[in-house]
Amino acid sequence: MNESIWYIFISASLVNNFVLAYFLGICPFLGVSGKMATATRMGAAVTFVMLISSMCAYGIHWGLEAINAPFLQLISYIVVIASTVQLVEMFIKKMSPALFRALGIFLPLITTNCAILGLALFQTAKGYGFVQSIVYALGAGAGFTLALVLIAGLREKLDFADVPWTVKGTVLTLLVAGILSLVFMGFSGLGSQ
Amino acid sequence: MILTALIALGSLTILLAIMLVIANKKLYVYEDPRIDKVEDMLPHANCGACGFPGCRPFAEGLVQGTVLPGKCTVSSDEARQQIASYLGVSLGSEEKMVARLACAGGKNVARNRAHYDGLDTCTAAALVSGGGKGCFWGCLGKGDCEVVCDFDAITMDENSLPVVNPDKCTACGDCVEVCPKDLFSLQPISRRLWVACKSLDAGDEVLEDCEVGCTACGKCAMDGGPLISMINNLPRINYSLNHATEVPIQRCPTGAIVWLEDNGSKRKGVESKKVLRKSDKEMGWS
Repeated sequence: MNESIWYIFISASLVNNFVLAYFLGICPFLGVSGKMATATRMGAAVTFVMLISSMCAYGIHWGLEAINAPFLQLISYIVVIASTVQLVEMFIKKMSPALFRALGIFLPLITTNCAILGLALFQTAKGYGFVQSIVYALGAGAGFTLALVLIAGLREKLDFADVPWTVKGTVLTLLVAGILSLVFMGFSGLGSQ
Repeated sequence: MILTALIALGSLTILLAIMLVIANKKLYVYEDPRIDKVEDMLPHANCGACGFPGCRPFAEGLVQGTVLPGKCTVSSDEARQQIASYLGVSLGSEEKMVARLACAGGKNVARNRAHYDGLDTCTAAALVSGGGKGCFWGCLGKGDCEVVCDFDAITMDENSLPVVNPDKCTACGDCVEVCPKDLFSLQPISRRLWVACKSLDAGDEVLEDCEVGCTACGKCAMDGGPLISMINNLPRINYSLNHATEVPIQRCPTGAIVWLEDNGSKRKGVESKKVLRKSDKEMGWS
């Protein structure tokens, strides 16, 4: 595949947004989108984990190809991503307590998220190289952060809105998420000419 | 094929496990076990009155010796003493702080210029041209502070004015933060002399909107000497001087400068006019 890195980035962040087009990672999308501050932190943590898992997946894929066992892909991705994130978490806790306090509690939450595994499987299926994989992870992370920040802003505004009591709370969040997803469909023509 | 899978996955997991075990040893972060114990003795209110983000950071500070247990205003005397003897430090004393409201304009004395009909919170009302009240600086009386107070220290009185119970107030600062008009401030409880008005207007402009506002006549500043100076049409009390005197309140015509009693109630000066009206003050336009 010889897609340019800009194409990959725009595609992963907007056109094929992980949350709003693929519906991956809905749990943190609905769970931690109540406040803008936590949403941005969660977005940063997801981007970070995606970057790590993307690099891991590239390495494992290469290893599994070497021993001719691609059917082990799924299970080894999960194992390696989970333990690597654990390792990085310990490393951060030791090296930078400030960063750990900002990011720490979010890291274990998203390690086993489907968006993380989805990213690893997609990049393998698309046959991306190392640089392409990293750009893909960054784009996906940026798209995830964008979606999270958008819905957090909307939810903060809606807290002051006078809405019928039947749709208050989770229902309203789901409605907003659906409309946001519809809006992102507008990007679907991008890049196809 | 099964053999390949077993060997590949087995070696992968063992490798990762070894890596994590080594990392756990190498990257172990030592935490003082006393932090957990001290945290258990704290009230778990996470109110932030001590100046730390929560009870755990405060416990860390206690164990490190950067603060003394007296800084926690929420826990009881026994609990504080327990922590002090556990850590072998002195108790340390802090003067109790309470939240004080710089407004006395209840519904019966302060005029509304507009009828606000919307979401029943001060935050929302303040967004609409600062609320319906005639006095721009005055309390909107929707009780955001009563709701936000975790310790039930604030109650709204019959004139929709918050009253702070000094015994229950822990000076956590939540009401200071939530008030859209910035009327609350945390003050040491020994400060009895208090200006219960924040209006920067002077003279008749104040009286048109509120009967108990400060008209900036300056009588308290004359009587108080160096203790009180008039700044921006409001008396400012210099609390670094001896402020345990009731002299300045006596000649105040509206009773905007008051003497606060132990139970949080206000005493006005002898010359201030009495407010007898119980009903709401009529709306008005000028």
